[in-house]
Amino acid sequence: MADLKVVARNQITKENQVLRQILGICSSLAVTNLMMNSLVMGLGVAFVTGLSSFTISLLNKLIPQRIRMLIQTFVIAFYVILVNLFLQAYMPDISKQLGPYVGLIITNCIIMGRAEAFAAQNPPLPALVDGFFSGIGYLLVLLVISFIREFLGFGTLFGIDLGLNFTRWTLMVMPPAAFFVIAILIWFTSARTIKAEQKERSS
Amino acid sequence: MAPNISPLVIFIASIFTSNMVLANFLGMCSYLAISSEYKTASGLGKAVTLVLIITNVANWAIYHYVIEPLGLEYLQYIIFIMVIAAIVQILELFMDRYMPDLHANLGVFLPLITVNCAILGATLFQVIRNYSFLQTLLFNLGSGIGWWMAIIMLAAIREKMGKAKLPPGLAGPGIAFLITGIMALAFVGFSGIFPVQ
Repeated sequence: MADLKVVARNQITKENQVLRQILGICSSLAVTNLMMNSLVMGLGVAFVTGLSSFTISLLNKLIPQRIRMLIQTFVIAFYVILVNLFLQAYMPDISKQLGPYVGLIITNCIIMGRAEAFAAQNPPLPALVDGFFSGIGYLLVLLVISFIREFLGFGTLFGIDLGLNFTRWTLMVMPPAAFFVIAILIWFTSARTIKAEQKERSS
Repeated sequence: MAPNISPLVIFIASIFTSNMVLANFLGMCSYLAISSEYKTASGLGKAVTLVLIITNVANWAIYHYVIEPLGLEYLQYIIFIMVIAAIVQILELFMDRYMPDLHANLGVFLPLITVNCAILGATLFQVIRNYSFLQTLLFNLGSGIGWWMAIIMLAAIREKMGKAKLPPGLAGPGIAFLITGIMALAFVGFSGIFPVQ
């Protein structure tokens, strides 16, 4: 199944939903002041994207064209409710910190985007892989951003104090820093893509 | 019980200290995508404000008179998103029929707004914070105005920046994030005004 591997790899690198397609920005900025929150959020999104793509692909022939979006939203909302109940039951602290952003997974454009762009034309298994790995790509970006922000802002990683003695860069845990960090990441990745394209063209 | 904060304070706080875009990161997708032209950005901002107020007042009523008495909290996401989609649809039909001028201006944005996370975000905030009716109304008015202000500021800057030469890779979303970051930095300065939120 080389095909599935390519699908999975593309979702993490070349077509990374956050850095290349600029989707799912709201939550990637809001939950990235702590690594733990980002990890939970990213896994939640991977779960929802994977399973909703799978379900939508299964239901494809049954859904009438006209109410397609509505049904998709229902499917996504169903899985988000599962994630929310799970978090409330087993991780009440994190659930409280994430607050409305768990519910906002419903309006995360990545999920609807994968459902429309991939799951609607492909069989269930590739759809599951595509959805799940687009979520993993999102998770990785979140971890990079939150690593920078938590390390510089609190001097901790996953809440564990590293014992380093430096003045904490408080701005890093405040909203503006989220914009700066993601701007630099996007700059870096698109500059690299442009360079790679130029090389391809010249050779 | 609703929190004991004056609705007026909530109104001003939701514009400045907890701005939808600059502090809570809500509605980023359309904020970035539709901010290259001042006029369209302003139209979208107005439409978001209108939809925020109407849908979230409806969601407030539904939460307090349907969801809570029946104990349907676990279904609230589905109910809220259905209410938002339905109201946006009705609003579009209504505007098309009775206010063709306004529809010509704002109509194209309405379907887009259904998936704008600012709307659902505001709904969930008001539920979590347990706002009263008046607090809800002013919170949504303030949030809408704050969102509108943020998007027209970005659009105005981007319009001027159109002629500037940028390093490769930074053009487009990269620079938009940087500008937004600087705006957010300026808005941090407001955070001392109110101790709430």
